[in-house]
Amino acid sequence: MSDTHAHSAAFVRTEQVPPAPPPASATGPVKWAKDNLFSTPLYSVLTVAALYVIYVILGNTLPWIFSGVWNTSSLAECREVLDGVSGGCFSVLTERWNQLLFGFKYPVDQYWRPSLAFVLFFAAAAPVLFYKMPRKLLLFTAIFPFLAYWLIWGGTILTPILALVGVVAGYFVYQRFVAGSFAAGFFGGIAAAFVVWIIGGLLIPDNANEGAMLRAVPSRDLGGFMLNMMLGVACVSLSVPLGIALALGRQSDMPLIKWICVVFIEFIRGVPLITLLFVASVMLAYFFPPGTTTDLFLRVVIMITMFSAAYIAEVIRGGLAALPRGQYEAADSLGLDYPQAMRLIILPQALKISIPGIVNVAVGLFKDTTLVSVISMFDLVGMIRGPILASTEWNGVYWELLGFAALLFFVVCYGISQYSQWLERQLATDHR
Amino acid sequence: MTTMTDPPQESFRLSMLLNDTRYRSYTFQFIALIVLIASAAFLMSNLFSNLAAAGLNISYQFLGTPAGYDINQTLIDYSSQSTNARAALVGILNTLLVAFLACVTATIFGVIAGVLRLSNNWLVSKLMSFYVEIFRNIPVLIWIIIIFTIMIAVLPGPRAFRGDDPAASMVFDAFAFTNRGVYIPAPVWGAGSLVVVATFLLSIVGVIAYRRYATKLLYATGRLLPMGWPSLAILFVPTLLVYFIMGMPIGLDYPVLKGFNFSGGIKVGGPLIALWFALSIYTGAFIAENVRAGIQAISKGQSEAAGALGLRQGRIMNLVVLPQALRVIIPPLISQYLNITKNSSLAIAVGYADVTATLGGITLNQTGRAIECVLLLMLFYLTISLCISAVMNVYNNSVKLKER
Repeated sequence: MSDTHAHSAAFVRTEQVPPAPPPASATGPVKWAKDNLFSTPLYSVLTVAALYVIYVILGNTLPWIFSGVWNTSSLAECREVLDGVSGGCFSVLTERWNQLLFGFKYPVDQYWRPSLAFVLFFAAAAPVLFYKMPRKLLLFTAIFPFLAYWLIWGGTILTPILALVGVVAGYFVYQRFVAGSFAAGFFGGIAAAFVVWIIGGLLIPDNANEGAMLRAVPSRDLGGFMLNMMLGVACVSLSVPLGIALALGRQSDMPLIKWICVVFIEFIRGVPLITLLFVASVMLAYFFPPGTTTDLFLRVVIMITMFSAAYIAEVIRGGLAALPRGQYEAADSLGLDYPQAMRLIILPQALKISIPGIVNVAVGLFKDTTLVSVISMFDLVGMIRGPILASTEWNGVYWELLGFAALLFFVVCYGISQYSQWLERQLATDHR
Repeated sequence: MTTMTDPPQESFRLSMLLNDTRYRSYTFQFIALIVLIASAAFLMSNLFSNLAAAGLNISYQFLGTPAGYDINQTLIDYSSQSTNARAALVGILNTLLVAFLACVTATIFGVIAGVLRLSNNWLVSKLMSFYVEIFRNIPVLIWIIIIFTIMIAVLPGPRAFRGDDPAASMVFDAFAFTNRGVYIPAPVWGAGSLVVVATFLLSIVGVIAYRRYATKLLYATGRLLPMGWPSLAILFVPTLLVYFIMGMPIGLDYPVLKGFNFSGGIKVGGPLIALWFALSIYTGAFIAENVRAGIQAISKGQSEAAGALGLRQGRIMNLVVLPQALRVIIPPLISQYLNITKNSSLAIAVGYADVTATLGGITLNQTGRAIECVLLLMLFYLTISLCISAVMNVYNNSVKLKER
């Protein structure tokens, strides 16, 4: 039949026309610019304004960065080299590099110790951050705090080893009793650790620090970005368990425990960190037993840990509240008791929901470690505002130093938030 | 026929305190109470023995003694002979001032940035996400110091305004931007100015009444009264009339350069401006994220449905999207306000005399009353944040979705 049709019609195309490229106005960068930059008059104005802002910012900073001087020993010398040209005196960074990172009191020949601890930190953090790494590496993570303490503070190796032995003893006692009752295992483990520490503390001789393999460095000699990193890592890792305990306590049916947790959390969240740091620097010493001296670093760690634990507790409480009621009931119907239900069913899910919030708190906490400069600890900001800007060589170099500090914090915090987004995608099990 | 008998009364055994869920919680709470009392007693006994050893006691009498230091920015009368309590009050007012100013501007920055970040303009939305990421990932302390440094470095000193051909000049002959601070005209309240103010307040009431009436008329009859121009007219025309009838009672006291510095007008100190701007631009980045999340939380179907009803773009935003988005935006917004108030304690880094710098700084160091000062300081911040939380709870309850 088609034959007759073909004969009767004047013309029938027998082959497909090759697709023509779209017209130039509907494709390529022109079309993209039209859609995304100049779609309406208002947007065109906004685009031009944005371009101008970018031009002003880049036009001022780029020449300043590119004509920067990297190898002079003082501001006067740097200005001489620049000879009136706008440029940054980045030589303050190269000349004071070690001070910015380690503070101005840490022994110069011992810089390798915190540097090694920093490198090992990545090895220790890797199995925690990336759950596809071999689980055996977690053993190193468990050893790392003691190793890092020994590397950074030096002194006798007996102290960290004793601490480690106490933790191991506690762990074994916990393993032995946890099958019977979680409470027995938990408190038994803590008691065992304390027994080991107290007995060991009596055994370590007073002069153990003399002739130690690594020279002892007192806490007040720590400084620079190292101090920020140490405070951030120590306080975040200590405050997560404390935060979980507080969150569970706040959800508890026992009114007394609930109210202790509520008052603690609301009190801490209601005051600025800086007042807590004042507590650490001028008030906390009064609450320790008479005759003991606790160094400022430990007091600050205690206060910042309490601070971030309160915030993490609120995040985890949100995670607990977001779990459907059925999960709790399912755990009950399986005959699990409270610790089992929490460890096996509730917390794994609640913590997964809370990860973005916990990371937010961690980033905020890491930024807040700069506040210790207010109570005259020489962290990165404290170093810049104190010894470096006050020195005769570099009095007046603001932009390079503050820009460097901002850059360091930006890299770390942005990295953490990107990691958290990646982890969220990895843990997403709801197939949406 | 069987008779119901009571289950056999189980006698109480000591092991039930641990193994019976009915009693176990009492055991745990009892242990917790003992631990709490024991640790409190331990800390208190340490405190008192330490205080006794240092020859100190807890006393708030220092609040009544002269402070002995000057404060460069005060809202109320203050001299170095005033009491420490007065200095603390100056600090509290300064904290509230900078917190209020920063809340207002941070909201403006945040809303603009959050809306622009959602715009279809690629360049603008990228620029805004750049702003948000930069400011969220760098400590606010560094921002405060950077902005304070910029102010000092970029703005001219008062001496640049002197001479016949000054290097710097005042804006409109009324505002002087110097590195010591910004000088703005101060209003002078003459006789009869009260009438003008009262008229203005009445006009505001009038505007609200007019808009209520117009809405009511619209719902009742469908007749649409114009809103924009009449509102403006009601707001300003009576006030201006009264102002000129009363013979212009409200004047302005302009800042004038005298000697090495400006006199007259109001001086807004450099530290205040730096802190204000830094807090608002830093918190603005967080608010921008809240605003973005709030707008994105409203499903597209809502605005499409409003469009299908024939509403214009502006009305869709005002009547459909914003009322729902605000429910999501306001709670985190209020907690950002709380953060601003708490972060304003960083004023100590740039030398702005807020309550942390007066009560927790100079007073503490001069009197040595560390415990008392820090406790009072915490009490103040705790009161503020509990008040803000209370406001938030009231709001949350009022906008909660009424579900059955």
